Amino acid sequence: MSPLSSYLLLSALLFSIGLAGALSRRSAILVLIGIELMLNAANLNLIAFWRYGARPEALTGVMFAIFSITVAASEAAVGLGLILAMYRHSKTTDLDKMTSMRG
Amino acid sequence: MTWIVRNLWLIPALPMLAAGVGALLKQGSRKLAASLAIGSMGMSFLLALCAFAHVLRFGGVETFNFGWLQFGTEWLRLGWLLDPLTAVMLVMVTFVGLLIFIYSVGYMEHDENFTRFFCFLALFAGAMLGVVIANSLLLLFMCWEIVGLTSYLLIGFWYANPKAAAAAKKAFIVTRIGDLGFFLGMMWLYAQTGTLLFYDGGAGCMEQSALAHMVAQGTAIGMAASTGIALLIFCGAAGKSGQVPLHVWLPDAMEGPTPVSALIHAATMVAAGVFLVARIYPLMSAHVGDLLTPTTALQVVTWVGAVTAVFGAVIAVAQWDIKRILAYSTVSQLGYMMMGLGVGGVSVGMFHLITHAFFKALLFMGAGSVIHGCSGEQDIRRMGGLRKYMPVTFVVYAVGMLALCGFPLFSGFWSKDEILHAAHGWSVSQAPFYMGAFGALLTAFYMTRQVYYVFAGTWRLVKTDDAQHAVHTPHESPAVMTVPLVILAAFALLLGFIGTPAWPWFQGFLEGQHVAFDFAAFHAEGLLTVMLSSSLIVFAGLGLGWWFYGRKPIVSEAAPDAVGKMQPQVFSVLAHAFYVDALYHATVVRLNAWFGRAGAWLDRWIWNGAVQTVKYAFLGLAHVDDFVDTRVVNGGFDEGCESVTVGGHILSLLQGGRVQSYMRMIGFALIVLTGFLVWSAR
Amino acid sequence: MTITFLILAGLTIAGTVAAMGLRNLIHCVLALTLGFVGLAALYMHLGAQFAGFVQILVYIGGVAILAVFAIMTTQSAEPVTRPGSAPFWVAGTLVATGVFAVLAWAIHGSGAHGRVLPAEPVVTAQQIGFALMRGYVLPLELMGLLLTVALIGAVVVAIHERGESI
Repeated sequence: MSPLSSYLLLSALLFSIGLAGALSRRSAILVLIGIELMLNAANLNLIAFWRYGARPEALTGVMFAIFSITVAASEAAVGLGLILAMYRHSKTTDLDKMTSMRG
Repeated sequence: MTWIVRNLWLIPALPMLAAGVGALLKQGSRKLAASLAIGSMGMSFLLALCAFAHVLRFGGVETFNFGWLQFGTEWLRLGWLLDPLTAVMLVMVTFVGLLIFIYSVGYMEHDENFTRFFCFLALFAGAMLGVVIANSLLLLFMCWEIVGLTSYLLIGFWYANPKAAAAAKKAFIVTRIGDLGFFLGMMWLYAQTGTLLFYDGGAGCMEQSALAHMVAQGTAIGMAASTGIALLIFCGAAGKSGQVPLHVWLPDAMEGPTPVSALIHAATMVAAGVFLVARIYPLMSAHVGDLLTPTTALQVVTWVGAVTAVFGAVIAVAQWDIKRILAYSTVSQLGYMMMGLGVGGVSVGMFHLITHAFFKALLFMGAGSVIHGCSGEQDIRRMGGLRKYMPVTFVVYAVGMLALCGFPLFSGFWSKDEILHAAHGWSVSQAPFYMGAFGALLTAFYMTRQVYYVFAGTWRLVKTDDAQHAVHTPHESPAVMTVPLVILAAFALLLGFIGTPAWPWFQGFLEGQHVAFDFAAFHAEGLLTVMLSSSLIVFAGLGLGWWFYGRKPIVSEAAPDAVGKMQPQVFSVLAHAFYVDALYHATVVRLNAWFGRAGAWLDRWIWNGAVQTVKYAFLGLAHVDDFVDTRVVNGGFDEGCESVTVGGHILSLLQGGRVQSYMRMIGFALIVLTGFLVWSAR
Repeated sequence: MTITFLILAGLTIAGTVAAMGLRNLIHCVLALTLGFVGLAALYMHLGAQFAGFVQILVYIGGVAILAVFAIMTTQSAEPVTRPGSAPFWVAGTLVATGVFAVLAWAIHGSGAHGRVLPAEPVVTAQQIGFALMRGYVLPLELMGLLLTVALIGAVVVAIHERGESI
């Protein structure tokens, strides 16, 4: 197994772990953390591809990862703000108890 | 290139800067605003003196041009220039402006918008100085428009008064009509010569090659391009300088504060039109072939000027408002300047412009002092006897009045005489000379009338039953107002001696020649005759004025005018300024209103009718549709809806409202989609 | 596949699995921090030192701390979360496993095997600074804008309304 595919596999695994957490945990905060993990997996992918790419001196992957980290940071800030607002509204962070979207 | 030429822009920039800072000041910081404006103006005055000294020493035209904007491959260039014309105007504008600024401190003392006033004044002065130094018609036009704007702002300074607001609007719109011509002329000039710089080392539009090109270029109506352009630009000058028929705004502009009238409507702004004509004089006088007769453009300028000179003077005879008399007098004097430019060239017109600036500013500020002393009264019928109460004002006003009349040895005498002399020798017609002479007679007459009304006799206001106005007796103005008056009076008295026929230093300066004192010049052809006759005319005018108004003191406010008693109809026509305003109101304004009404009528009956028809047609259709819908379609749909509702109920079981169950569906879809992609890519 | 990579990968996986699996939320976040450290180390191992430090700064210094704050603010009512009911739990894990399987299949089928490692590029912070200020200056500005909007948005969303209390 070549180094690149091992990095890609690791990243896929991280993605799945994040997905599993996001799908099965009840705490809204942990769901958000799961999503962050998925984003991180994507970043790992980007950097791995950059390192093994044809022109690493172009810095494209690193740049993309940095911007992605920035976006993730703002997403986390807004998401946690939303969770706080929801918590104030319904006094819980348990997603099972937030069913106002029921059809 | 010396320091002063390179930094000439400082002269307009300083007052503009003061205006900018002044605009940010609080209402309360009066002292700061006034000292900023006056300080910047003083600095500009010193710089103007430097520039003047420079020209005095070296003479000639010096320019500083720079690229401003690039269109494609062409550069639009701006610049400034220093020549005798600019130098003279710079010194005049800064000096008179400075005095008026100082005077305003006293005059506007009680106004709550003191700071704003000084901001506007400084902006005006800056723009005016910009007009003076511009070496590009475009730069001149920009500053010209700022001047127009500030004039609007200052006339409408007391905007709460509807008359002032209307006068400001009128001034703006009427001058804009002239500026339209100016703008078109500018475009045409650019199309013809490809440059708007006046002087550009041989390539400017006022220099030989461009002029020759324009003279040779014909137009559709058989006029040389140079003539067309010159006439279009003259439209702008006529609007700004209140020439007939665009003079209507100037008398109304007297609604502004009096220093404004003095600064804008006597000394500087209205002179901008005359200055513009002087600036483009090479274009105006560009000959087609025959070198003896003046060009068409100059003939037009002369005739317009002559008509304006008489027109303004005639109307001024029958006015009651102290400032309106001066306003019509200004119109008339501007006519003289234009006529001087037309018949005698730059130096003749400019000489009258300079002397007029001093004595007319003096008269306006004297009138302001009178108004200030009479607590805002402007009607000369309610004044009288002020000689006793305001001695300083009386003396300086008398000096100004004699200068305006052209009393021998006063400054107005020399400059007006020169115009008349040039008109006398004009090759086209003698009529402008006689018109000018008649105007001079009237000038002496109406000024005598005004002085008798205001300063002689007894104080009439106390006799009215209007208790509010009769509280104060008139009082002399404070020193901050009278000192500038005295300075101006000295100039009004003596300034003429720089341009007497024996020692025409001013004319020589403008034309770049050295002149020596030569008493024999008085014997030039026709000169003594003209001087003698014009002096006689002045004496006749003064005598007539005394005959009508001075013999018997005017006793009451209600007493009819002495001339009005003799010719009531004529007097009434004059008092209404030949009904020009009414004429414009009946024609131009009414036409516009008619168009407006016609538009409204079309809108209401034709377009609205069409819209209504369409509306009713659609309403009918809608009713038919409604019937079909309820009776035919609804039944079928109800069935369909029922089944959809049932399906929805079943599907809604999937919608648990839990985010994570939705996410699971997405994850499932992801598996399927990725699997399909990978499988198909194998 | 070096020994360093194996150690770091193991660290990361252990941290993230623990973060997603533990009961106590605070413990979750601590484990998550471990996972982030592992990831940052992996970035550095790949030669992207700058990205690694950004990872540490932003995720450990920012996101994790923020999560801890959020947990502490909201935990007063429910001290320890209970895990979801069994079918719920199983369904999530199944879907995640399916995703991983599909992804692994895709990686296996791709050309990533034959890749040889190019020479390690020298990436200095200076180069990244130049790249940010030249080629990527517009995205950089947009990022700044986004961060501002997010900052304001988060404050607006989370702000106390009048009369409310946590």
